[in-house]
Amino acid sequence: MNPLAAQMPALQVIVPMLMAPFVLLLPRGLSWAAAAAASLLAFGIAAQLTATVIDSGPVAYQMGSWPAPYGIELSVDALSALLLLVVTGASSLALVGGRASLAAAVGEDREHYFYAAWLLALAGLAGIAVSADAFNIFVFMEISSLASYVLVAGGPDRRALPAVFKYLIMGTVGATFYLIGIGLIYMMTGTLNLADMELRIAEVADKEPILAAAGFITVGLALKAAIFPLHVWLPNAYTYAPHIATAFLAACATKVSLYVLLRFDFFVFQQNLSGHAFQFAAYLMPLAILGILVGSGVAMFERNVKRLLAFSSVAQIGYIMLGASLVSIGGLTAATLHLFNHALAKGGLFLAIAALAPLAAGLRLKDMGGMARQAPWTFAAFVVAGLSLIGIPGTAGFVSKWYLVSAAMALGAPGIALIGVVVLGSLMAVVYVWRIVESACFGEPPENPARSAAVPRPLGAAIWTAALANVYFGIAPGLPLRLSSSAAATLLGHVPA
Amino acid sequence: MTVLFGIFLLTLLLITAVAIVRARNLFVAVMLMGIASLLIAASFLLLDAADVALTEAAVGAGVSTVLFLSALSITSERERASSSRPLISLAVVTAAALIVIYSTFDKPRFGDPEAPVHSHVSPWYIEKTEEYMEIPNMVTAVLGSFRGYDTLGEVFVVLVAGIGVLFLLSGGPGFDSGKSPPPWAKAGLRHYLIPRVAGRLLIPFILLLGLYIQFHGEYGPGGGFQAGAIIAAAVILYALLEGEQNALKVLPRPVLIGLMAGGAILYGAVGVLGILMGGNFLDYSVLAADSVKGQQRGILLIEAGVGMTVTGVLLSIFHSFAARRR
Repeated sequence: MNPLAAQMPALQVIVPMLMAPFVLLLPRGLSWAAAAAASLLAFGIAAQLTATVIDSGPVAYQMGSWPAPYGIELSVDALSALLLLVVTGASSLALVGGRASLAAAVGEDREHYFYAAWLLALAGLAGIAVSADAFNIFVFMEISSLASYVLVAGGPDRRALPAVFKYLIMGTVGATFYLIGIGLIYMMTGTLNLADMELRIAEVADKEPILAAAGFITVGLALKAAIFPLHVWLPNAYTYAPHIATAFLAACATKVSLYVLLRFDFFVFQQNLSGHAFQFAAYLMPLAILGILVGSGVAMFERNVKRLLAFSSVAQIGYIMLGASLVSIGGLTAATLHLFNHALAKGGLFLAIAALAPLAAGLRLKDMGGMARQAPWTFAAFVVAGLSLIGIPGTAGFVSKWYLVSAAMALGAPGIALIGVVVLGSLMAVVYVWRIVESACFGEPPENPARSAAVPRPLGAAIWTAALANVYFGIAPGLPLRLSSSAAATLLGHVPA
Repeated sequence: MTVLFGIFLLTLLLITAVAIVRARNLFVAVMLMGIASLLIAASFLLLDAADVALTEAAVGAGVSTVLFLSALSITSERERASSSRPLISLAVVTAAALIVIYSTFDKPRFGDPEAPVHSHVSPWYIEKTEEYMEIPNMVTAVLGSFRGYDTLGEVFVVLVAGIGVLFLLSGGPGFDSGKSPPPWAKAGLRHYLIPRVAGRLLIPFILLLGLYIQFHGEYGPGGGFQAGAIIAAAVILYALLEGEQNALKVLPRPVLIGLMAGGAILYGAVGVLGILMGGNFLDYSVLAADSVKGQQRGILLIEAGVGMTVTGVLLSIFHSFAARRR
């Protein structure tokens, strides 16, 4: 392995991170180009890391060359590689396509701050994905959270500010709970390295501080991951953020918190806390089911398209948690696969919204009238991504739901009820996606015809890349499937047989 | 004695916290927050955590009080009647507090040398700091080198906070950069003789203290975070005495942005240099022929980067608030 290849886990984080201060210093006109270049480079690094993980297994990296657990260790395995692809891919597509849309939303005089914050959000999310150290994860969670508050606050609507304030308070509470949990575990084990923690926690498992820590960490991360009923910050934050920022954050921000939740629960607690698997399933499965049903139900009656899709996200997080709460290879494969596929579908949908938004001021369902005729190509891509969201065969969304159904089937009789929930949720998705399609195809066009129907070329390309990825990974799901089954095996390797 | 004093401080802290929550006048709340920070700093000192005590005193009691006051100057001093339901909040907070109390039932005894935090990684740090770096302050060794990547992250947390405030306050409705500053922004407290004379005397000493804490961090408590806050406090004091505009003449906005970004770049560059010289990211051992010299050089440079970014961010935030005053 050449020396540069060995540095990939660190470069994954520091390339976007160090570009951020440069964006502040560069001439204004270059900030978008610098951000997009750094993001594409990060995507290239993620692809390279994924290839390495598939060929030769997990990659470890010692920051400052200090041995773990004394220094900070990074580690990239199949699960982190999958997440890195999602994070860097979503950021790159959104940035490449989003220049014009962001310039309109943010304003050119303060664009450079926005792009610097974007890069730090990307670096923060990537930093969480590669880290193998509990406190380091907290530090990067802070970077990504603060940066995403800036991204949401960039929305042109004044209502973005109360939305982001709620997001900030909830996010801070979540991060603080996580930190309290880490502090308690550190008190009892003296270590922050996750692998070391797993070994050392065994002696003190089932003591009060560890039990409280497990509670704090799980609830804190559930809050940041917007798991029902802790999702209240999400709909408005997604609705009032600039459309391109919504596409980026909806595709990956909550997933990264889900990732930390899975990592902590399966790597650190699962083997050591008695009855953990049962408790994990018993508490999270009902919440996952409620999340699917309530999220989809609200989406069915929502009038604002962005908020409709945001509530759909609450439901989709429910599917991911439902898979995880089965605590089986099949369930975890379905969960991690859905993590990837939902990012494709929702990222594509929000990108299409960014292109349609100039035509439909307000983005209520009734503003969507005539959209299918005004922007037929963009709307077609929207429909493709929508089909993937529903889970129609031939799209990525179908593959993960299929795995979820098979995993539930393995449970026997109780599994039938879970399959019922998945089918019901998908039917509700048909309803809410159809409501958008219906008003776009058959609705009355608004009184004042569109200012301009032309979708910028790069944005159109980004939308169609996302839409075609939904089809491609629906027909040939080899790569994500391989990563997610390997991730599930690693996660479950920590479950005593 | 330590325990008694600790109970005394924490009781005062509790009383202050309740007073902050109950205060309807935001000016009073800000002042009480300063007191709370000072009490926390004293508690840290009592636990022999001099570095964090210094940070808490400089940032919590010092600079953030000034920043809160600047924020108050562009909003109202009195809190509006809250629309949230206090009983639910109280229930949630009580539940969380009870769980925290529950979790202390089985914790190691205070000061127990056999406790996991003292017996696992700490001995290694104590032993290796001397061997690898030959500096007496192990806290600086852990923060600057052993866990230097976390500190890099913290610098970027500070940076993104600065970016966020600049982004929110520079633009959007209500922003008018062409507006000429109000007369007091030019004059400050120039007509008040006593604060002016006393303040002018103090500023050089505050700056000197800041530089001492910056460069003495390897030997005593201190480092870039504390030094940055103290230096920023000195400049803010100057701005209050001589007028915000005159402070901007000394350190114009572009310079502050340069400090903000430059500090973060300096820290990152030291890390990248580690890679270029054949080590891992943030490996300072390779920065000089002698690895101990390399470690010392690395820590000195990254602490300078931390100080630059913290100073730049705090002053940028201060000026952003000042520019939006009604």
